[in-house]
Amino acid sequence: MTLDGVRDDDEPREEAERPAGPAAVPPAPLTGVMALLRPRASWGQLIGGLLCVLVGFAVAVQVRSTKRDTTFATARQDELVGILADLGQRSERLRGDIRDLERTKAELQRDAQGGAALEEARKRATTYGILAGTLPAEGPGIRMVVQDPRGGVHAGGLLDALEELRDAGAEVVQVNEVRAGVGTYFLDARDGVQADGRTLRAPYTFLAIGDPHTMTTALNIPGGVVRTLQAAGATVSITPRAKVTVSAIRSP
Amino acid sequence: MTERTRAEAAGTERKGGGMIALIGLVIGVGLGLALHPDVPLWLQPYLPIAIVAALDAMFGGVRARLEGIFDEKVFVVSFLSNTVIAALIVFLGDELGVGSQLSTGVVVVLGIRIFSNAAGIRRKLFGA
Repeated sequence: MTLDGVRDDDEPREEAERPAGPAAVPPAPLTGVMALLRPRASWGQLIGGLLCVLVGFAVAVQVRSTKRDTTFATARQDELVGILADLGQRSERLRGDIRDLERTKAELQRDAQGGAALEEARKRATTYGILAGTLPAEGPGIRMVVQDPRGGVHAGGLLDALEELRDAGAEVVQVNEVRAGVGTYFLDARDGVQADGRTLRAPYTFLAIGDPHTMTTALNIPGGVVRTLQAAGATVSITPRAKVTVSAIRSP
Repeated sequence: MTERTRAEAAGTERKGGGMIALIGLVIGVGLGLALHPDVPLWLQPYLPIAIVAALDAMFGGVRARLEGIFDEKVFVVSFLSNTVIAALIVFLGDELGVGSQLSTGVVVVLGIRIFSNAAGIRRKLFGA
């Protein structure tokens, strides 16, 4: 050992940027590097070299394994559990779909007269008719009455209410005598609001079929439809009902 | 030989030896590329952290050598203990449920150390 008792662990010294005084003038860069690289064999050196082999090996292996699969290798346990749960739910849902479709297929194959096919087609026609607004419908939902004594409610407010109801999962909506469909529009007119060519007058009554709780919550959120309408001078009352009957229909 | 030249000779001899380390590093990378082994599953979360700790120890070693205070024993011991402690901290964090945060913390601390070591090396080599 040529070390003259100078020992320090190689922890970095915490002092920051000390001024390079004249005493600390280093040798020229090249000679410094050359001196550093000059081989000097001793057990300590060999062990140090061995550790360097280990580091190089580990780096190469790690880089390789990181390159191989980046998606899940870096994810931690809880993230992986989340992903797994999502996948489980999805596959469960898809399995349910498969079961439904298998059952339909079996029924279709079983009856020769096409009774099941007819039944299926009727069911689908009814569903589409209700969604398109060509059939009357009834079910659980809400009744929302917008009283507008000051005439502050315009077409925009009614459209917002309709969109909010649709967002909240309303399947069928009727505004006064107008059944809302995909092409329903609201237009400001001189004596009220026009919807699909018919004039609506206050109070505006919305009948919506869907989950009453969800729709009520959606309408009542702070800054939402109800607050906006109230700011325009209207009073809004929402009543959930177990059975809402929507009788107005759209001509196909 | 005068006192002075003897001291200088000792000084140059004290430096040097980095070649072995460099060759070792190259051999290690070559081995890793040639053998491409799989990282065992239990080691996967800890290997990156251990590598960062090892890099820190290596930079510290280079700096100590440049400053003329290098000691093989200190290097070997600190190298091993740093890697093991870094991996242990992450392991403990995983057990406590704060593994990702703790490994981020360890990487940050080691990164700061690497930078300060690199600054020391730079000062020694280039005087700036």
